[in-house]
Amino acid sequence: MPGAIHAEGLVKTFGDVKALDGVDLDVPEGTVLGLLGPNGAGKTTAVRVLTTLLRPDSGTAVVAGVDVLQNPNEVRRSIGLSGQFAAVDEYLTGRENLQMVGQLYQMGAREAKARASELLERFSLADAADRTAKTYSGGMRRRLDLAAALVVSPPVMFMDEPTTGLDPRNRQALWEVIQELVAGGTTLLLTTQYLEEADHLAHDICVIDRGRVIARGTSDQLKARTGGERVEVVVHEREGIAAAEEVLRVLGKGETAVQEHTRKVTVPVVGGAKLLAEVIRELDTRGVEIDDIGLRRPTLDDVFISLTGHGAGKGEAK
Amino acid sequence: MSTMSDSLVIARRNLIRMTRIPEMVLFGLVQPVMFVVLFTYVFGGSMKIGNSTDPDVYKNFLMAGIFAQTVTFATAGAGAGIAEDMHKGLIDRFRSLPMARGAVLTGRTFADLVQTTLTLVVLAVVALIVGWRPGFADSTNVGKILGGFALLLLLGYAFTWIGALIGLSVRTPEAATSGGLIWLFPVTFISNAFVDSSQMTPWLRHIAEWNPFSATVQACRRLFGDPGLSQSGAWPMQHPVWASLIYSALIIVVFRTLAVRKYRSATA
Ligand SMILES: Nc1ncnc2c1ncn2[C@@H]1O[C@H](COP(=O)(O)OP(=O)(O)OP(=O)(O)O)[C@@H](O)[C@H]1O
Ligand SMILES: [Mg+2]
Repeated sequence: MPGAIHAEGLVKTFGDVKALDGVDLDVPEGTVLGLLGPNGAGKTTAVRVLTTLLRPDSGTAVVAGVDVLQNPNEVRRSIGLSGQFAAVDEYLTGRENLQMVGQLYQMGAREAKARASELLERFSLADAADRTAKTYSGGMRRRLDLAAALVVSPPVMFMDEPTTGLDPRNRQALWEVIQELVAGGTTLLLTTQYLEEADHLAHDICVIDRGRVIARGTSDQLKARTGGERVEVVVHEREGIAAAEEVLRVLGKGETAVQEHTRKVTVPVVGGAKLLAEVIRELDTRGVEIDDIGLRRPTLDDVFISLTGHGAGKGEAK
Repeated sequence: MSTMSDSLVIARRNLIRMTRIPEMVLFGLVQPVMFVVLFTYVFGGSMKIGNSTDPDVYKNFLMAGIFAQTVTFATAGAGAGIAEDMHKGLIDRFRSLPMARGAVLTGRTFADLVQTTLTLVVLAVVALIVGWRPGFADSTNVGKILGGFALLLLLGYAFTWIGALIGLSVRTPEAATSGGLIWLFPVTFISNAFVDSSQMTPWLRHIAEWNPFSATVQACRRLFGDPGLSQSGAWPMQHPVWASLIYSALIIVVFRTLAVRKYRSATA
């Protein structure tokens, strides 16, 4: 059975930029898909196509069982969107903004009002509820926008970088809101620059770059692709590099990697902490002074860098 | 999903915005009031209406023209407002909601209608103060006077859709404001609004007499009992109330259709 969000072969070109170059996505009902990719990868474009804001050049998409291209208005009933840039009316108060959205979702005036109060409370905006959104800080606007996306608790949600610009406390609070929603059966497509966020929230992860899906799977599967544990040593002086490499070659299981300018030497290992102690002893015996040593498990950042050849936030598509 | 209820929600949003930016409404009032005063006192003594050069005749002749010009000039604001909305993130919110297609535009035109009504009331009071006297040349009554204002509002409403289409076709609110005004100068000046069109050169006179804008001005003069009615045999001058209704209805049908279509394709 196709998922709550299902897209095949999405293509969208802007001039000579291929923002989407044949993207397939499938998000089973009640799960979270984390869409990752560097700036300009096509994340926002994908979200805009799936939320009926943009017509793709080719490809098909079905959201909540309804064809996005054939029947966009029907799709709009079942989705909530929080775009990359807050979509609120600056001259309306927070409360007025939410009431308006409620009424446009065809709620009655009283129901819209009650729902607005509830959401303002939930997103810690109650104190600012009757001030115009113009006076809100960036994080407050962001939260108001998220609240607007949740007015009708739609079965399918899209959030484009929802936690960008939120402080750690509010980010945590939003994660809790998202987990609650998903526990309640909501399907969510989330784009993010924070790999930790995808790791924490998403069941499945899809990495895109230059409009193409370059990897997909669970966070563990992706990490496994990048390899297991490694020992990483940063020596104090360049002269120590050769000795450190020698030690790691002997004790490690695989090829060593040396990064001259950061004086970092790495090797894949098995055996974890016990082996680490051995490495330290051996380096000490040889008199190699070290600045830092540690056992590293791959993070999504490593996955990201190994897949795209650059870190998140770098490598704008040209 | 109902176009009317969605449009009213959007209209309310735009009216709330107007109260939050009162200077916009204020400027909208100052300009026509200035026109009334300037035209009355600067041109009043030197204009010939029919065979009369009496400033009182010109003053009473002028008001219907200024009223009509005011309701049409207000439409540039609608275009600018729509252009602004189209380039803010908020439009994505609207477009992702299950709301009626034309409601964002229709709601805006409703809100503008409210503002135009307010402007007309203020302007009518100023006109009375400077010496406009309905019934100056011909008999009238309250019903006819209200009928005249209704035609003015309808004309303003119709022109708002032209403003909306311009707002949707340009990239910035500034362009919408100037683009929304430029075409209004020939439309309102090549007409019977400020001068007696029978004194124009023939080709200009024909344009003036068939100008939709002139029909409403002529209709108002007739309903208000103002002096200086055009005696031309052109159909709109002979049947100005009908002509005004037909023109306005046509403009609404054509430009609303074009604007809604443009809105739907604008960001896709
Ligand atoms: N309306 C547009 N006109 C022209 N080019 C566009 C338009 N929208 C997107 N693009 C281009 O398409 C590509 C993908 O953009 P998109 O906004 O989807 O990236 P993104 O993955 O969301 O990036 P970011 O992380 O910076 O938000 C970019 O190269 C961008 O310049
Ligand atoms: Mg983006």
